[in-house]
Amino acid sequence: MEAWNGFKGTKWKDTIDVRDFIINNHEAYEGDGSFLAGATERTAKLSHKLDGLFELEMRFGGVLDIDTQHVTSLLNYKPGYLDKENELIVGLQTDRPLRRGVNPFGGLNMTRKACQAYGYELSEKVEEEFLYRTTHNDGVFRVYNDVIRKARHAGIITGLPDAYGRGRIIGDYRRVALYGVDRLIEEKKKDKEALAENPCDAETIRRLEELYQQINFLGKLKDMALLYEIDISKPATDSKEAVQWLYFGYLGAIKEQNGAAMSLGRVSTFLDIYFERDLREGRYDESGIQEIIDDFVMKLRMARHLRTPEYNELFAGDPMWITESVGGMALDGSTLVSKTSFRMLNTLYTLGPSAEPNLTVLWSKDLPEAFKDFCAKVSCDTHAIQYENDDLMRPIYGDDYGIACCVSAMRLGKDMQFFGARANLAKLLLMSLNGGKDERYEMQIGPEMPVYEDEYLDYDKVTERMNFYRDWLASTYVKAMNMIHYMHDKYAYEKTQMALHDTDVHRYMAFGVAGLSVLTDSLSAIKYAKVRVIRDANGLIKDFETVGEFPCYGNDDDRADMIAVEQTKLFLEALKKTPTYRNAEHTLSVLTITSNVMYGKKTGNTPDGRRAGEPFAPGANPMHGRDKNGALASLNSVSKLSYKTCKDGISNTFSIIPAALGHSWEERRSNLINILDGYFARGAHHLNVNVLDRELLIDAMENPEKYPTLTIRVSGYAVLFNKLTLEQKKEVISRTFHEGV
Amino acid sequence: MKTEVSGSMSVNAGDKSEAPLKGRIHSIMSMGGVDGPGIRCVVFLQGCPVGCAYCHNPDTWNTNGGEVLSAAEVAKKVLRYKTYFGKDGGITVSGGEPLMQAPFVTELFEMMRAEGVSTCLDTSGHGCAGEKLAELLSNTDITLCDVKFTSEDDYRRYSNGSLRVVRNFLEEASKAGVRIWLRHVVIPGITEDEDDIKRLVEIAECYKGIERIELLPFHKMCIPKYEALGISFPLADVPECSISRANELGGIIPEKYRK
Repeated sequence: MEAWNGFKGTKWKDTIDVRDFIINNHEAYEGDGSFLAGATERTAKLSHKLDGLFELEMRFGGVLDIDTQHVTSLLNYKPGYLDKENELIVGLQTDRPLRRGVNPFGGLNMTRKACQAYGYELSEKVEEEFLYRTTHNDGVFRVYNDVIRKARHAGIITGLPDAYGRGRIIGDYRRVALYGVDRLIEEKKKDKEALAENPCDAETIRRLEELYQQINFLGKLKDMALLYEIDISKPATDSKEAVQWLYFGYLGAIKEQNGAAMSLGRVSTFLDIYFERDLREGRYDESGIQEIIDDFVMKLRMARHLRTPEYNELFAGDPMWITESVGGMALDGSTLVSKTSFRMLNTLYTLGPSAEPNLTVLWSKDLPEAFKDFCAKVSCDTHAIQYENDDLMRPIYGDDYGIACCVSAMRLGKDMQFFGARANLAKLLLMSLNGGKDERYEMQIGPEMPVYEDEYLDYDKVTERMNFYRDWLASTYVKAMNMIHYMHDKYAYEKTQMALHDTDVHRYMAFGVAGLSVLTDSLSAIKYAKVRVIRDANGLIKDFETVGEFPCYGNDDDRADMIAVEQTKLFLEALKKTPTYRNAEHTLSVLTITSNVMYGKKTGNTPDGRRAGEPFAPGANPMHGRDKNGALASLNSVSKLSYKTCKDGISNTFSIIPAALGHSWEERRSNLINILDGYFARGAHHLNVNVLDRELLIDAMENPEKYPTLTIRVSGYAVLFNKLTLEQKKEVISRTFHEGV
Repeated sequence: MKTEVSGSMSVNAGDKSEAPLKGRIHSIMSMGGVDGPGIRCVVFLQGCPVGCAYCHNPDTWNTNGGEVLSAAEVAKKVLRYKTYFGKDGGITVSGGEPLMQAPFVTELFEMMRAEGVSTCLDTSGHGCAGEKLAELLSNTDITLCDVKFTSEDDYRRYSNGSLRVVRNFLEEASKAGVRIWLRHVVIPGITEDEDDIKRLVEIAECYKGIERIELLPFHKMCIPKYEALGISFPLADVPECSISRANELGGIIPEKYRK
């Protein structure tokens, strides 16, 4: 086939196997970034136009425009362009840039409220269309029981994806480019035929219908591309087509789904194979290749979903989590870093810093030194990238996995996950003390038990109570997730994305915890200091008096750190006691995004001295200001959390002032590399890196107009600082900035 | 203007007794990015005799304070950070004045070297001489020697130290083949003269092994520490030195010392 001219290997030709294609054809690049081209005049013009639209969007209160007349799907809008004459890669979610579509499949009410929040009304046409249609949200609330409703209301479980798309599914968008849609349809038809042999049970019938839908939507994907006068039925033949085909796959997915995280996968080195072929054949020069990547990334930066302000309170900054995993090593020991790994990171210079796509470097001690140095430079210059430990994940997932959302690893096209929510561990402690009553609402949430009787808290008695309530909480949580994902499959199945997976997928069910450091320090206080309870008139424990010193998580002190390790282990064990929908594998993450602020708001006083309403630390971070022995001690503490226990990811956000990292930028880069190497050598999982001064953020808070593109890393993703709420900004500024100088 | 500091070290910091050597430790900061090459775990020792007017760690002067730990205990804490040291980093012993506890530091450095960890001594050059110093330097990879002032007069005026003692230290370090970085705090009106920097370069020229001269702008972030100790900061009225002024003066320093 002409499209595959010069490509080596055979296995990937016979079966759908993108990994085999990459391994046979990728060109490891050990050099530095000096080959990179800057933005061309065309790119600069387009980028300028786009920046203008972003600014306008901000001035319009965060949403530029909503199409309330059409329900978003692959074929429901006329083709849209940023600049038809000049753009290289085409395709928008709706007919105009930054105009958002409505997607009521997740939930009609959420859509209605989101429209109203920005001064729109959902059209009667759409309202009518959904009068006789069940949404995912309808389905879930039909089956929720009182226990789940109460747990949700009190905020001991928060962020359940029961009113919007679940997300965190990564379609293998590369398949569209490598094989063309016709071949993918053909393979899916074969899979469907093969199912005829199976016993005709409920699961088989479900799969048959899912395959029907996948095939149907692959057809729609072709038609969607035809609206732009592009035929993607056959494999892409050159660089531009490869990017365009791949992007159409992604575009189909975001037109169909408003999932909480719509990640891209791991496309850079895949695309590099096309780029290098064209460069060799003289079809493009470096500048021409960078232009294509720039155009592609501009499209990704324009991706939007319509969300309610309540959603933004949990996950600030209008995120899509278009996570692109860059770098890493192959199982054969060669590096998967290619020139396009550099080109992808280079978009932060050609187009300026940005929160999206969520650029994630898969770090290995064996990455080429020049690439490590380039990453460190990008971190120092833009605070827009995060790092995850490839040496830790590769043995589990192989060398063709990607990161969904912030920290969730999955084999591309082979794994999917049922994601959702977080359990509030600080609240679990308080509920255990108060016999199942919520400390804020003073209502019975969990099973009833007398309030803790003694005046002083005894570690053994407290943890015994927690064991009981943890089991209750975990079981409630798993049941809610089972209902949600049953209904999502039934009413809002990801047809495009799942069509870009193998038919037999491995499923994870990813649970989360928040408030780990608050719980840990509280239990440490109970164990090593004296904690007296303070009750209200009704005998409920509302406050604590803690006397004496106690070790805090974040100081490389096992007395505290091992409490955190144990608590995560206990929580996973408790989750595993309840079977999951479709036999998914239970996994756990320690990740909050920006919801740590809201979780704190919903949680009363805690024995560690945190006052009611104060934010938690994000993700697995130690509490602000309690890590007193410097940056490495803090990193060591987090590194003790076991990835085996928290296989869905352990998020840590690390902020350091430039002056503490080294005298010169050269030293700072080299020291940052040593920090990353050292942290990951200890088996740690993830690090967000910010190299900046606190004063800069304070100035940005006071003078937002001076910092239109200031991007910072928060738990698991990057965010435009100006898009945070005032509360979230203050919380970010109050966090530990390592500044030993 | 200088600060009187009295007392000699207690514990057995100075003796070669049978019991394991104990040191007085002020604190351990797990990460220093500007305390020698690479990422370094910085051990601050308690006790300093020099009493510089601009000292930013007055809480380390008292020779009877701090936590008493054996070298092995300190080594164990430092080694927890070994994965971060890379090829350049390691331990930096600072203070206080580490030379006041030279035998203890020698033992600690021996232990570090046995683990393949690079050893760095951050010192004013005061507090120890002769055989004990030679022994310490033979276990030291690099020293950050803070030349506080560039004339004997200024040393007398603003501290209890002496340029002669510093020169002796540099001589010994140089002979022992230790890499040397000179440091100098730029204090407006006191050490920010161009002649000052020229004299500093002249000092550097006398010794082999000097790789770098670092100018550190004077700042007053230490004032809360003085307040907490109930003593007044002698340079409270001196303005801070701007980074640009420090950079400007840095221009006088020959290229070979600016690696």
